[in-house]
Amino acid sequence: MARKLTISTRKGLFEVAKSRGIWKITDAHFLGDNVTLALPDHRDGTDYATINHGHFGVKLHRRDKGAKKWVEITTPKYPEKPEGLIDLDGWGKEVKWSTQMIWAMESGGPKEKGVIWCGTMPGGLFRSKDRGDNWELMESLWRHPDRNKWLGGGADIPGIHSICVDPRDSNVVRVAVSCGGMWRTEDGGATWAQSGHGMKFDNGPKSEAESPDGQDPHMMVQCPADPSKFWVQHHASIFKSVNDGVTWTEVKAKPSSFGFGVVVHPKDANTAWFVPGIKDEKRIPVDGALVVTRTRDGGKTFKSLKKGLPQKHAYDVVFRHGLAIDDTGDCLAIGSSTGNVWVSENGGDEWVQVSSTLPQIYAVRWG
Amino acid sequence: MAHVHFTSNLRRHVDCPSLEAQGQTVREILNAAFQANPRLETYVLDDQRAVRKHMRILVDGLAIRDLQKQSDAVKPTSEVWVMQALSGG
Repeated sequence: MARKLTISTRKGLFEVAKSRGIWKITDAHFLGDNVTLALPDHRDGTDYATINHGHFGVKLHRRDKGAKKWVEITTPKYPEKPEGLIDLDGWGKEVKWSTQMIWAMESGGPKEKGVIWCGTMPGGLFRSKDRGDNWELMESLWRHPDRNKWLGGGADIPGIHSICVDPRDSNVVRVAVSCGGMWRTEDGGATWAQSGHGMKFDNGPKSEAESPDGQDPHMMVQCPADPSKFWVQHHASIFKSVNDGVTWTEVKAKPSSFGFGVVVHPKDANTAWFVPGIKDEKRIPVDGALVVTRTRDGGKTFKSLKKGLPQKHAYDVVFRHGLAIDDTGDCLAIGSSTGNVWVSENGGDEWVQVSSTLPQIYAVRWG
Repeated sequence: MAHVHFTSNLRRHVDCPSLEAQGQTVREILNAAFQANPRLETYVLDDQRAVRKHMRILVDGLAIRDLQKQSDAVKPTSEVWVMQALSGG
């Protein structure tokens, strides 16, 4: 069972562990700084954390296995923008070729020692083959003409927030873009193709509702043990794919199909969890009651899990990386916009509160 | 040589004490400072080498105008301050 939880917040990175039956905050790093995401690399025990300094830009830090100190490493950097190039996003706004957020960090395949992926705003995907010392921009995706159709959704500018390295073949990588659909490479990044077909909006111009390039997947996950199956929490609804993400079908859930995060059971693709909210214009729990929804039958039915979660005047928002599952499928964690953290050790049936006083939480992750 | 200073907030992240640097423009002065500490550049300039959105550079008390290329003139007696802007953060 996982013993460590890392929590990325507006004011630092926190570690949580269970000791003598109680979940406690055991350590804090980068206090006062805006830690937007962390990656515990299960392959070699390295931890990575990204900080978005308001003034000084995005920075990346690494801590070797067993080490106490973090070391600043190279941040993914965009190449020089060609002189005179007019590069506009889907809204017609000029694209700034500069890393403005690291929105996704994932390990490469099990045999790809030292490979790390980063998804960024304004939409660049980067790969490092040496644990973050050097980075290469996936030029083939960045210079794809359809990238100019991408646009900002919740954020002002487009970005890559989900990266799924296929456990069957590390050359197959899928990324989800807000807003830009889902993109797939099968040749290690040499070529990319849109793969968001079937996702759709229920609002806006009909001609654009099903255009894959304008889709807003909030989060995408792939089942490790059944990797042809995917779940997406989309802006408009929940979608799933049972054919390697080639096509997507909509799934409806109560009390709402709106949310940001999704996790899938590592051994059972039919089991997935979501944190629903009132759609879009409000983004708060329905009736002020925080619940996690779980399906065990591939989305045919959902159960609202609420034991241990506040059911009155709870206005927690769980962002896209604020819901996590460990590699057993038993331990879940949620971290909210109001600094609440809950852990479940039985698949979401019961939750215990770990803290109610942390800063705004962006991401939780089992280490 | 111009005197270049950095705020304590920046020095919390990067070891960048005040220094003397030679140059005709702010860019030349900055390049001299970055030579002493390459990591400093990423804190002051963005990927395209423009002054970061929430950073400002003052020469003898006046904010520079060319945020893209930092071509503003510097005198040998100038005091250059690399600062956070009041906005943002």
